This record gives sequence, structure tokens and C-alpha cells, in this order.
Amino acid sequence: MEETEVFERVVKILTPWVKNDEALTSVGMETSILDDLKVNSARLVDVVIAFEDDFDIEIADEDVDQVNTVGDAVNLISGKL
Amino acid sequence: MADLSKEEVLARVPQQDPFRFIDEIHELDADHIVASYRFPEDADFYRGHFPGNPITPGVILVETMAQAGVVALGLYLCALERSPEELEKLVTVFTDANVEFSGTVLPGQRVTTVGKKTFFRRLKLRSEVEMRLDDGSVVCSGVLSGMGVPR
Repeated sequence: MEETEVFERVVKILTPWVKNDEALTSVGMETSILDDLKVNSARLVDVVIAFEDDFDIEIADEDVDQVNTVGDAVNLISGKL
Repeated sequence: MADLSKEEVLARVPQQDPFRFIDEIHELDADHIVASYRFPEDADFYRGHFPGNPITPGVILVETMAQAGVVALGLYLCALERSPEELEKLVTVFTDANVEFSGTVLPGQRVTTVGKKTFFRRLKLRSEVEMRLDDGSVVCSGVLSGMGVPR
């Protein structure tokens, strides 16, 4: 799967939890999930489970600690496809 | 790590009178909890909700479901994974809920809450929770979540 496709799917999955809609208009690999998109940190587990379901992968809880940006999520997921 | 008994879990639920809404935990394991609570007829909130027509506020029913299905079950699950010292440093906070009401609870009535774990990851617990009266009728049900965070 192309990185572009993973990126688009990641953004689509994140969208329901995004509180800063404006940040979505310029979202990129460097966009912070918590600081820029304002996703509630308590929702990160929901996001991870949604990634797992959508991409049919398993993500270890320890790996989640390394995910800060959209790019981190894309790279983590791409490495498991 | 410890496999806490029902009594040990109840003793660790931080909410206390007049904001404790669990009298007894009847069943408890890594997948579910069954707990009950009888609303005292003289609970203070009945004076205002509503004057002359006391019924238990919906927010109190949600809290009752959360104390069993999220806090108590969450404490049990955390204790399975974490040391007593780590457990002491955590407090459970409510994160989200989607609840539907289908009945009312009057002063003096007892409710039984059943919580079934949907997932428990990174100290976050989501449960499907249902509350019934002693006659078996459903009062409210929903999906509630909470997570352990540092005090």
C-alpha cells in the first residue's frame, strides 16, 4: 500500500475525534495529533483500535507511546502492512 | 499484581458517602461485574429533584453505572497488571459515555448494575453497562469509559 493511501486513511480515521477542524485543512505528516488536531488524549486508545480494525493489524501498547504526529502513525502502520 | 477480591475492590473505590453508589459487588472477574445499590429515601437530591415528586436524577444513575462498570471493574483490572504501589498513584477518571434511559428509580429502590468489558488497554476501560430494578426492568444502559491517570 502506498504511503499516500495510508496517510489518507489515517486522516479519515482521525477525523471524528479532531476538535480543531481548521488544522485538518492543512494536515500533513508533521501535524501533531494531540497539539494540532486537538484529539483528546483519552481517545488515543479508540484511535489505535480504529487503526487496527481498518488496517487489520495489531499495534502494541508500547508502540503507541512513540506516536505523536500523523506521520508517526503512518510510519508505524506502514511498517506492519 | 494482585487478584483482588470483591470486598478489596469495593474498599478501594474512592467515592465515599454521600457520593458512593455501590453497596455490594456480587460478581467480579476480568470480563464483568455485577453490583447493587439501594437509593436511600432521604438522599438530599430528592428535595430538589423534584419537590413533591422525587425521582433519582439521570446523572446520578450514570454515575452509579460508572462506579460499578468503570471504576470498580477498572480497579480490579488495573490490579491484575500493576503493583499495589502503582495502583495507589492512579485515579480513575470518566472519559466518555453514551447512555439511554428507559425507566426511573424512586427513593428506596434498589438497582443492580451489570458491566461487561469491551476493552481494557493502556489503563483505559470501556464497558457495556446495564442497570435494572429488582423487578428486572431496565432503567438505563449504555457504553461508558474511563481511564486510570496519575493522581
